[in-house]
Amino acid sequence: MRGVNPALLVLIGCVAALPLFGGAYALRLGTIACMYAVLALSWNVVGGFAGYPSFATAAFFGFGAYATGVLLNKGLPLMPSILATLVASFLLAGLFGAVLLRLRGHYFAIASLSLVEVLRELVNNATNLTGGGMGLNIPLASGSGILADATFFFYAMWGLLLAAALMVIVVSMSKLGFGLACIRQNETASNMVGLNSTLYKSIAFGLSACFVSAAGGLYAAWVHYIDPSDVFDILYSVKPIVMALMGGLGSPLGVVCGAFLYLGLEEVVWRNYIQIHSGVLGALIVMLLLFLPRGLISIRSSMFWQKAKHV
Amino acid sequence: MWVAQVLINALVLGCLYACIAIGFSLVWGVLNVINLIHGSFIVLGAYLAWGLYQSLSISPWYVLVIAAPLFFILGYLLQRLLLNRVITAPVLVTLTLTFGLDLILNNAMIYFFKADYRKLTLSPPMGSISLFDVVVPVDRLIATASALALTGVLYLVLRRLRVGRAIVAVRLDRDAAILMGVDVKSIYAIAFGLGAALAGCAGVLMALIFPISPLTSSTYLGKAFVVCVLGGLGSVSGALAGGLLLALVEGVGSTFFGPSHATTLSFALLIVFLVVRPQGLLGRKGFE
Repeated sequence: MRGVNPALLVLIGCVAALPLFGGAYALRLGTIACMYAVLALSWNVVGGFAGYPSFATAAFFGFGAYATGVLLNKGLPLMPSILATLVASFLLAGLFGAVLLRLRGHYFAIASLSLVEVLRELVNNATNLTGGGMGLNIPLASGSGILADATFFFYAMWGLLLAAALMVIVVSMSKLGFGLACIRQNETASNMVGLNSTLYKSIAFGLSACFVSAAGGLYAAWVHYIDPSDVFDILYSVKPIVMALMGGLGSPLGVVCGAFLYLGLEEVVWRNYIQIHSGVLGALIVMLLLFLPRGLISIRSSMFWQKAKHV
Repeated sequence: MWVAQVLINALVLGCLYACIAIGFSLVWGVLNVINLIHGSFIVLGAYLAWGLYQSLSISPWYVLVIAAPLFFILGYLLQRLLLNRVITAPVLVTLTLTFGLDLILNNAMIYFFKADYRKLTLSPPMGSISLFDVVVPVDRLIATASALALTGVLYLVLRRLRVGRAIVAVRLDRDAAILMGVDVKSIYAIAFGLGAALAGCAGVLMALIFPISPLTSSTYLGKAFVVCVLGGLGSVSGALAGGLLLALVEGVGSTFFGPSHATTLSFALLIVFLVVRPQGLLGRKGFE
């Protein structure tokens, strides 16, 4: 693993140079790439480190989008709104985590899936605050021209990615990361040696939620209009998992590479086969799981240059 | 009198919910796989009923007989060719694989049938029965009876047939079943095929009552989740109990709080059950 974390930071640093080369389209792609990488890195904390199959990403993405949207509509500036969203979702997820993370395996997966449904329905029904099914309009943040706007949101999302990557690196090197690895390998045994696994898992869940929510908030401010079926889309829960599987579970560098690769594939499919794009995504998932279950990071040169071992 | 009406509605709807969930519960219990294609199978069954009624005017009651073997073969092949390869992998892998398959099937349905809502209307309509102040449409009543019959058939298959006993044996203890000479891979495929057949038949019944569209598959899947968790996993009686409870909660909830809160209420109930009583109403503790 040594040398992987610096490589991750170098990769993220390279992405920052994008505005020097591309126009508005490249900036839009770059912003989405950073957003996907944030989602995948965050999911990796609870799904990769702790080994809990969480489908709650969409819940916190939508929560963040709506929290920021409502705060912006109340007249708060962008940065304080995002910060407030981040803190609120950390607390909320920690609370949910303390309850839901007692479940394991399928039961946890279903509970986290239904968290998305519950939050979506709550937002749908709280028409006074959120506009319900009609969606929520969000005031323009800067309004200083298309390219300047695009550059601003690109760097905002990039900054978030950097923060998320630093968080993941710190977690993976700290006692928390070690504890999560213990929980993944054998939770009962780690409880026995005195690890407070509920606390650890709750913190991990909170950390994995807060950057997702901030990304949701930035997304809301960026696109100016959100509605429940858009930001609480279950695909936001599944895409990070596919990216992580694509890149290699548990490895931050692999996960970020997986996110970028996934976005590239998605964009190609969208541009050429819009009518069947979700079917192609499904086929991609199936192929990936059947043929490359450990992700791209597991590809070694030896797989291509196999020598005959037993003659 | 509204209490009687709410109860009757819950009874009718509850049996249909049980029918939606029972195949899902079988697959989850036996294979330990959360089958996310289940909702799309139901919608496909509904399209089959609709298409055969529109083109050849075959009554949906006969379509049940056609749908069951077709869906069994589809499910059997899917399990044999794809799912059996990853069946021992962690939860995440099997769950994501069925999600990918669901995306493919759902996209194919949107592509071929379009996302428009359609309705199967029987001509002539069958009318409704009213006893005192309680009104029940006849087609709904027959659909409920068919759902109960399907549930009964599955119960008998699991109880009486050799293959049914093998399925139960694999569910209780996979390793012991292998030692007794059960071919686990083929039992998995048969169980998945049975689950698919039940989903297809449930879809045929749903076509009579609810509008048909590929977009409704996630609603059916959500109902199956809730019913399984409420009732307890992998048992026929559990699915019935869960279906009735869900229908009752939805009925009472929408009477008091309005229909828009019924879904929230059912999912909130799901989370409460998961935390407080994960084995469900009729589930036994000990084996997941």
